[in-house]
Amino acid sequence: MSVTHIGAVGSDLGRIEGPAKVTGEARYAAEQDHLHDVAYVWPVQSRIAKGTVRWIDDDPIRALPQVLAVLTPDNAPRLQPPDDGELAVLQSRTVSYRGQFVAAVVAQTLETAREAAGQLQVDYDSESHDVQLTADHSQLYRPGEPDAGFVSDTDEGDVDAALETAAFSVDHTYETPAQHNNPMEPHATLAVWDGDELTLYDSNQGAYSVQQSLAKLFGLDPAAVHVLNEHVGGGFGSKGTARPNAVLAAMAARVVQRPVKLALHRHHMFAVVGYRTPTIQRIRLGADADGRLSAIAHDVVEQTSTVLEFVEQTAVATRLLYAAPNRRTTHRIARLDVPTPRWMRAPGECPGMYALESAMDELAIECGLDPIEVRIRNEPHCDPETGKPWSSRSLVECLHRGADLFGWAERDPRPATRTEGSWQVGTGVAASTYPAYAAASSATARADADGTYRVRITASDIGTGARTALTQIAAGALHVPTDLVRVDIGDSAFGQATIAGGSMGTASWGWAVTKACVELREEVERRGDIPGDGIEVRAETSAEIKARTGYTFQGFGAQFAEARVNVDTGEVRVPRLLGMFGVGRIINPRTARSQLIGGMTMGLSMALHEEGVLDPAFGDYVNHDLAEYHVATCADVTDIRAQWLDEQDQHVNPMGSKGIGEIGIVGTAAAVANAVHHASGVRIRDLPIRLDKLLGRLPTRIG
Amino acid sequence: MTEAIPGTRVRLQVNGQPHELDLDNRTTLLDALREHLGLTGAKKGCDHGQCGACTVLADGRRINACLVFAVAAQDVEIQTIEGMSYDGTPHPMQQAFLDRDAFQCGYCTPGQICSAVGMLEEFDQGWPSAVTAGEQPTALEADEVRERMSGNLCRCGAYMNIVPAILDVAVSSARGLTPPGPPAPRSAAPQKPPAGGAAPGSRAVTS
Repeated sequence: MSVTHIGAVGSDLGRIEGPAKVTGEARYAAEQDHLHDVAYVWPVQSRIAKGTVRWIDDDPIRALPQVLAVLTPDNAPRLQPPDDGELAVLQSRTVSYRGQFVAAVVAQTLETAREAAGQLQVDYDSESHDVQLTADHSQLYRPGEPDAGFVSDTDEGDVDAALETAAFSVDHTYETPAQHNNPMEPHATLAVWDGDELTLYDSNQGAYSVQQSLAKLFGLDPAAVHVLNEHVGGGFGSKGTARPNAVLAAMAARVVQRPVKLALHRHHMFAVVGYRTPTIQRIRLGADADGRLSAIAHDVVEQTSTVLEFVEQTAVATRLLYAAPNRRTTHRIARLDVPTPRWMRAPGECPGMYALESAMDELAIECGLDPIEVRIRNEPHCDPETGKPWSSRSLVECLHRGADLFGWAERDPRPATRTEGSWQVGTGVAASTYPAYAAASSATARADADGTYRVRITASDIGTGARTALTQIAAGALHVPTDLVRVDIGDSAFGQATIAGGSMGTASWGWAVTKACVELREEVERRGDIPGDGIEVRAETSAEIKARTGYTFQGFGAQFAEARVNVDTGEVRVPRLLGMFGVGRIINPRTARSQLIGGMTMGLSMALHEEGVLDPAFGDYVNHDLAEYHVATCADVTDIRAQWLDEQDQHVNPMGSKGIGEIGIVGTAAAVANAVHHASGVRIRDLPIRLDKLLGRLPTRIG
Repeated sequence: MTEAIPGTRVRLQVNGQPHELDLDNRTTLLDALREHLGLTGAKKGCDHGQCGACTVLADGRRINACLVFAVAAQDVEIQTIEGMSYDGTPHPMQQAFLDRDAFQCGYCTPGQICSAVGMLEEFDQGWPSAVTAGEQPTALEADEVRERMSGNLCRCGAYMNIVPAILDVAVSSARGLTPPGPPAPRSAAPQKPPAGGAAPGSRAVTS
């Protein structure tokens, strides 16, 4: 045993499940050992965008060899009405979007289930659909409450008057397309019934949340539903709550009275598991002669489905990033006959900051100021909307330190002035921000007579390193080396805990783990020894979370990009990205760096590639696979670096940590777009930045 | 679909072990591994050759196991991630991925590792890539690795760590410093080097 392990928090501990992942031993949801009696279910998706199922010709399919059941809206088990209409799987003949599940085939083999599902004849009564979001859509309305409990609109001062008298102003509309989470592991569930008890091996971001949802749907005591998610192959928000796959697998298993496996195909994921809404964002900025903002207005138009009102909180970062006496934000939404948009990495901040931070770059040019300087001049001393102090805020220091590391000082501010052969070269900057949330959770800590410790919490490690970070937090609170501590996660039997979402997992679970482990340590010290049957302590943090007021808790950062634009082809390359973050105490620098770089990589992908293309004729996303929905590949990533300040925050939570899972994607696309403008002089206000948007606007080379 | 499901008794050689399975003819190699042999290390990310998560080695060549029917994979030696470590010792590529934190969720990881091992063999055989300047690559630079690994998607964004991990292995093996590990499978090298292929071991590395 080494005492050097005692300072476990902040150490470079390798991922605890790393060896299992590199050897293939780690078992994900659909990979449990049920080789002999498992059946397979394959969903049938609607081929219309709006209407009703008139008739399903299921008898011929049911008669096929190896087919065990055909589930339809007429014969599927009845469920209790869910809060989330997407979970009312096969409960009605109504079709609300193309791709919605309208039936499913259960068979002894995967091959038969899939082929039989493809043969199932479904007839529809089709109605005309409305799937195209426009800035002036006739059905736009003001939603009650955007995601995460925000208000839809804010208004302070007189924005219009301030804009009229501003020395400098910017008024532009920025658009982001539908973006699809696409975790590498498709959503999957293995459902096993034992009488009226249900076990789900499910790929999700929160086993407790899925347990509660499924228990309610099937009218069961939550204790009768057991959800396991030991390893999860990414989620990025799309597995944040129970998704239709969990419900369909459980229904199918109930009907055929065998374990049933459902691993969604990549195609299914573009319809049924959520995506980021397209956004149309008008930003108006007014500034005085010194570049100080007198007005900020951010008006957002986006879509949701008719199944569920999900409202991405796109303008919320604009409410707190910069000081301005006159400020307004609005969200307007249209309920279209489209798949339901949901959370995708940094919902709200990610698309919103692309627009705001592009506009700030445009303002800097209007004012003749350096883009860093214009941001520093508008630094608010407190939360501009609530007046609350920051628990900590390091945006200005991130800008300064990042600029030093990136080599910003040598930058010629004039656009389209630096060329290397056929390449125009430029650099850009943008701010990043993301809230430091925390939610109540519970944990159990146990000391055994052999000197080892065991912590249990319904946490999820979707690739974040949560299992490892919680082990470090527990060891730190127990004052023991990490190798004496085992942290078990991914099991709803461990009790209430929040999800891996909102970048609040480690903060929330870590808080509960800290509380349980401190209490356990004190109990062990009081007793003087550990009895043969051990000592167990359970703690939960709802009181602490409720008392967490008085400050705005928010992480900040600055991202710097170098872009190269080929004047002949319009090709864009991003050879360098640098992120500097102020995100409190880093629990594990190794996994933290990976997460931040990963977020920035997804931000690069958003900037250059990602676009769900909606077919207005049929109403679905037609590029529904990884050949046509492009994400960043290895060849896109040359040099992405993430660093952080030694930010101390005694208010945010007992660890002093802020979430890092999402802030990395916030601002990246703006930094890239700003660098593309600096390189080429062309401003791209609709993502992704594709060559066809640049070609024709680039200078013609002479000679 | 006809009344009876057409099937075939299929012999597969996986990680040095022979297997005989009665399989539906529609069964892919990937589903045979995952659903019939319990070898779930090869992952299903897209099921049609677009993500690389199912990459395994067939006679040392990397293939997408989702694009091959099991009945068509009977005459080759299949190596999966489960066959990479030897006697409890991780393959150098597995160790490099651990050392570099070259993964997060881990779902693309077995495919990345198998692909990387196959890719280094291809490089050693003198196979050019889209970024190779001449007919044959001369040095395994990061650009070459990035290009050659772009068939393996990672949504967590671990590319920045994957490339150095692969270069670590390339550097150590080029210097004859391969850490203790398994002997190369008998059939691990491509059977027919392309015309003009460089001799194995001639890899120059620039990282």
